[in-house]
Amino acid sequence: MSDAPLDPRVKIDIQALLDGIQDYRPRRRGWQWREPVPDQRLFEFTYRESSRPLERSIPLPAAHYFDDIDPQPECVITTEIASGRFEDDIRRMRMAAWHGADHMMVIRTAGQSHIDGLLEGTPEGVGGVPITRKQVRVTRRALDLIEDEVGRPINYHSYVSGVAGPEIAVMFAEEGVAGAHQDPQYNVLYRNINMYRSFVDAAEAKHVMASVRMLQIDGAHNANATAIKAWKVMPELLVQHAINCAFSRAVGMRSEDIALSTVPPDAAPAPCMRMDIPYAIALRDFFGEYRMRAQQNTRYMESDAREATVAHVMNVLISRLTSADIQSTITPDEGRNVPWHYNNIAAVDTAKQSLVGMDGLREMVTVNREDPELKARVRKLKERAVLFLEAMLAEGGYFAGVEEAYFVDSGEYPETNDDGIVRASDGGVAEGTIVERADDYMAPVCHHFGENHLPESAGDGEGKPCDLIGGCTLCDIDRVPWTDELDPTDNVHERLSRTAEMRERGLIKPEVQWAGDGVVVVTMFLPAGERVAEAAALELGRAMNLADCEVIHKRVMHPAEGTLIELRGRLDVAIDPTTLVIPEPPEELSDEEIRDFVAEHDLKVVAATVGEDEHSVGMREILDIKHGGLEKWSFDCTYLGTSVPVEKVLDAAIEHAATVVLISTIISHADIHRENMEKLAALAAEKGVRDRLLLISGGTQVTDELARSWGMDAGFGRGTHGVDVASFIVRTMRERGM
Amino acid sequence: MVRPDTFQEVRKHLARLSDAELETHFWNLAYECVQPIVELARTHTSPSIERSVLMRMGIDSLTCQSVVAECEKRGLLGRGAGHVVLVCMWEWDCDAVEAAARLARGDGWEIAEAKWGGAR
Repeated sequence: MSDAPLDPRVKIDIQALLDGIQDYRPRRRGWQWREPVPDQRLFEFTYRESSRPLERSIPLPAAHYFDDIDPQPECVITTEIASGRFEDDIRRMRMAAWHGADHMMVIRTAGQSHIDGLLEGTPEGVGGVPITRKQVRVTRRALDLIEDEVGRPINYHSYVSGVAGPEIAVMFAEEGVAGAHQDPQYNVLYRNINMYRSFVDAAEAKHVMASVRMLQIDGAHNANATAIKAWKVMPELLVQHAINCAFSRAVGMRSEDIALSTVPPDAAPAPCMRMDIPYAIALRDFFGEYRMRAQQNTRYMESDAREATVAHVMNVLISRLTSADIQSTITPDEGRNVPWHYNNIAAVDTAKQSLVGMDGLREMVTVNREDPELKARVRKLKERAVLFLEAMLAEGGYFAGVEEAYFVDSGEYPETNDDGIVRASDGGVAEGTIVERADDYMAPVCHHFGENHLPESAGDGEGKPCDLIGGCTLCDIDRVPWTDELDPTDNVHERLSRTAEMRERGLIKPEVQWAGDGVVVVTMFLPAGERVAEAAALELGRAMNLADCEVIHKRVMHPAEGTLIELRGRLDVAIDPTTLVIPEPPEELSDEEIRDFVAEHDLKVVAATVGEDEHSVGMREILDIKHGGLEKWSFDCTYLGTSVPVEKVLDAAIEHAATVVLISTIISHADIHRENMEKLAALAAEKGVRDRLLLISGGTQVTDELARSWGMDAGFGRGTHGVDVASFIVRTMRERGM
Repeated sequence: MVRPDTFQEVRKHLARLSDAELETHFWNLAYECVQPIVELARTHTSPSIERSVLMRMGIDSLTCQSVVAECEKRGLLGRGAGHVVLVCMWEWDCDAVEAAARLARGDGWEIAEAKWGGAR
């Protein structure tokens, strides 16, 4: 089944994605890395660490100075999306893909870890999405379309954790999910799921993931995010990574399918790079055969998006100085709310900008591994990690270590502060639920881990375990069953019906995460101290007719002089685009076309700022070669200066045999700009030269419509460039046969 | 237990190891740590594992829930929920999906009982 390709001019049709979803099949299984292109030439540059370009993308803002190139780093870029409604997340994924994300990590709804079984249908989530087969399949279907649109495979990712890990792993394998977090230590430490159950389940889940080459990302970074002093947990992080890696290998995963979730543990104002680089090196020394998923530090992230962005860039520098196979991004607003659309894009752009800007940096700037401080620190971290493992084994092993609060202690091992997380082996969620396999235990399916007493006909030699039942879902995708909505009110169809009118009529309402949520942010500087500013901002928000106002960020500029406030509010106004008057953007001609026409016609231009008006900057922008003005195409320009009477402009045009008259009118008090335009047109008619002249006016208060109504051939307002005026001149002269 | 940083005292036996030896030692310890856990996983199962087996047999999640819950109640999980379904498939000469559906409706548990003994 293949869907009609996306049209970049048209929104993705969520309803069409839902239609016939029970029959949709993923086009592949397993993870996709980017295709590196060695020494790639783009514009005038050579890239050392880049990959195959996208077919469609939105480049960085400065790209227009560089022939609009959009170099793609060689590592995968992740964006984490979790609004609670997957149908809105899909639109965000499309935007993120256009900016360079190819790893869509979907956060699960709060509480899914503790649900003992699969969820079905498409209920709404809190702080994430309820991960279900239908939600996964619709999202994958959308991503298949989006990856074709941008021209690069996109990895879809969620979580194989909680008490239903094996079931989720099977569902993900069936549905072509490319990557997943899987780390039983996460269940134990942060979800208080019984440790025996967590590890027994994890073995099965990992074995299934390995069968489809799903990329596994571990959960060690959570220790960093939880620790009281994150710079103290580095030895433990090495231990957590090792336990999950060793366990994964022992149950059948390949090292190249295992990624370490690693975060530089510290943040400024600590001298964080000097603290974190030794850790990054120790980690890569010990775990050289594994993949690195570099994540941004979130431990010290608050509501300041600027601070979060700088932290992100410093973290990416560590990735570039060491290594990263995946560069993850955290949205700069994660410290204050569930990520919003444009903050996902901001984070992806930050990663792309930093990675591309630091391309090949390691060739010129290398970490000095012989530096005594670095060398000693790397060695110490490794030794401390070894001591941790030795002590845990002496204690009785991993489970004993957890019971003795070895993990997430705020001391740097062997120092301890007795504040680690304690879990009992006979406690936690789903305690007492594992069962010993009997001597005739059997599971007649493929990719099952552990003892399995299959009849001799199956499971060895040529036969597969599932031959006993005529095939399993991992061998024959058409055996996968379909379950649709179980809740008649909490589902995507009901949610879409609530916004149907907006979609059908194309109404426009601001949004940050859900269609029609109406949320806007107002940034304001208030000349008051923090508490007063906050109260005043809320009052101002109400005056702006915003509902549900909330200060989401404030930063003191000075205790008395002022405070920067970012105020969130809801605006219940929808705009019908059919009521908008939007002038058609004029078509730009090519440089060559303009230059040829100008040469052929020997075009002369007379220009001036008219009336009692001393503004010259705008006209200079339109004329000067260095601003990309008319001179660029060899227009013969005569600039008469400022405060020039209209009569003089016309006389000069006649004298120079000019075809084009440009007047600039910035001042518009008492309609003086209108008067000047009307006067110029009338004088030209009077002198019998109107037909052989193009009269063009420009200025901040000028619109094309007004200028034409006042006798001009065209008017240009703010944001006009030389090419707009040049294109207009050439096009109009052609039309009029001038 | 609160303990000061005793690193210098307890590291003495590591000082003589080269970086490569330290790395090998680290991984030996890690594998030693997980070895008994792998053994635990190899010899045990759980409701989620058993449901994941039934899923692979083409059975929908609601039916998986009810068959595995009944297996747990009857002390049959250690035999394998897929095994219970398989035995019924053979007895009824039907496919896994139908056998599981009938088990979920309450049929067929006597077949398992005859093979493995009564409910616990």
